[in-house]
Amino acid sequence: MSLKNKYDVIVVGAGPGGSMTAKTAAEKGLNVLLIEKRQEIGSPIRCAEGVGKKSLKKFFPVIKDEWISTKMSGVRIYSPDGTLVEMSDNRAVGYVLERKIFDRDLACMAADAGADVFTKTRATDLIIKDNFVKGIEGIRLGERFKVEADIVVGADGVESKVGRWAGINTTLKPKDIESGAEYLISGIPMEDLCEIYLGNDIAPAGYVWAFPKGKNRANVGIGILGSKLGEKRPFDYLNEFVKRKYRDGKIIEVIYGGIPVSRPTKTFGNGMMLVGDAARFTDPITGGGITNAIKSGIYAGEVAAECIEEGDFSEGGLKKYEKRWRSTIGEENNRSYLLKEFFINLPDGGLDVLAHSINKIRITELSVRGLMGELIDKNPWIPTGLAKLFKKKIEK
Amino acid sequence: MISINRYKCGYCGACVAVCPAGAIELVEAWIEIDGESCVECNNCVKICPIGALEVSDEPKK
Ligand SMILES: Cc1cc2nc3c(=O)[nH]c(=O)nc-3n(C[C@H](O)[C@H](O)[C@H](O)COP(=O)(O)OP(=O)(O)OC[C@H]3O[C@@H](n4cnc5c(N)ncnc54)[C@H](O)[C@@H]3O)c2cc1C
Ligand code: SF4
Ligand code: SF4
Repeated sequence: MSLKNKYDVIVVGAGPGGSMTAKTAAEKGLNVLLIEKRQEIGSPIRCAEGVGKKSLKKFFPVIKDEWISTKMSGVRIYSPDGTLVEMSDNRAVGYVLERKIFDRDLACMAADAGADVFTKTRATDLIIKDNFVKGIEGIRLGERFKVEADIVVGADGVESKVGRWAGINTTLKPKDIESGAEYLISGIPMEDLCEIYLGNDIAPAGYVWAFPKGKNRANVGIGILGSKLGEKRPFDYLNEFVKRKYRDGKIIEVIYGGIPVSRPTKTFGNGMMLVGDAARFTDPITGGGITNAIKSGIYAGEVAAECIEEGDFSEGGLKKYEKRWRSTIGEENNRSYLLKEFFINLPDGGLDVLAHSINKIRITELSVRGLMGELIDKNPWIPTGLAKLFKKKIEK
Repeated sequence: MISINRYKCGYCGACVAVCPAGAIELVEAWIEIDGESCVECNNCVKICPIGALEVSDEPKK
């Protein structure tokens, strides 16, 4: 199989965002090209692989067993002084995925829906004519190529260049990105609960997580806000934590990553859209970005089909993409962004006060909103502007 | 000039995201830095989770 000269839609990057864009567009009958610069989709991973059960089920009628490494029934949050806040339910509320399998399977779904998929194929620039994105330039196995398209979707992750090439400034300020380090550790006792550790000594303006991957394994990682980093690196902090807590564990995988915790960028222009991490759709509080990548990919695939049907690929035509994500991803991001700003300025003592106020309650609504609901009730000092945002229900 | 320690780098792309000059590229599984366009802001050095990037004394070519 070889690359065609022209497609309706080209999707750059085969993470969850790109594969879902390609799948959706192909299902709508469009001619789709999905390219991925790495030789293997999904590897190396840049993720702790945690995802809410409800949110995942919205996108897939069947959750395949091979996607899941562990079903989890709750979250335990430890404040700086060790106070435990538990959020749990008796049922499985979330999954820790096996993203190497999950991501590849999503790309297969795009292929099965009719998209052409090429790995070890990298976009190096956009073709721009009369102010319109008209395709991509790329390199595949050392050979340069050009392919035209009516719409190019940048699903190229945290390192996205598609937006920049189209003139959108996607550069993240150090205060809007977490620098992440993670180990897959084996040989440690784990329950089917996710653990979160807070504190400025442990992870300045960030947190340590331990997400179970089976009975005796976990993704143990850390994210630290870029603006709080000095000589001591995230891996230094993580090593300290692991030494203290998982002395007997064995590290069988090392994971690196940057996690956007910013507001979204502009996400569309003449002949182009951005989805997932490329659009900075990760949640600024949890750092979760899998479901927003999937959701924005579906929106982008749908909008691409509508615009191609109408023959309008202009910025004005593609604006409906932003309209769609604004009310869901956008609202949630706004509230999490403001919450992030509140938390990063809170000293450890403040985090402890919050934890003490709710450590006797079992919280059964497992979400940032569920947690904030309880906190707001017990802590009238939380700024009312912020509190109000969490009273409002957002359509998911 | 920014230099990269390829033995430490885990090609995560965090440095690419914070570079205001678009001087860094994550090619498949390695990083390339274009010394010509670098504006020496050190954002990349700061964000790297392991410290694989350093300011080197080598003069700008
Ligand atoms: C340490 C860490 C922990 C995380 N933990 C979680 C978690 O527990 N839960 C959660 O929901 N989220 C988590 N995230 C975030 C999550 O991993 C991302 O939000 C998610 O992967 C975004 O999907 P995406 O499709 O937008 O981008 P990606 O999955 O990053 O995919 C982008 C793809 O584009 C490819 N690409 C880039 N440039 C080009 C190019 N020029 N040409 C061709 N291909 C290109 C890349 O190789 C990559 O495969 C975590 C992130 C990190 C770093
Ligand atoms: S931030 Fe560091 S580890 Fe990540 S790609 Fe850049 S140099 Fe490599
Ligand atoms: S120092 Fe600044 S401009 Fe130079 S490569 Fe690093 S981030 Fe880019």
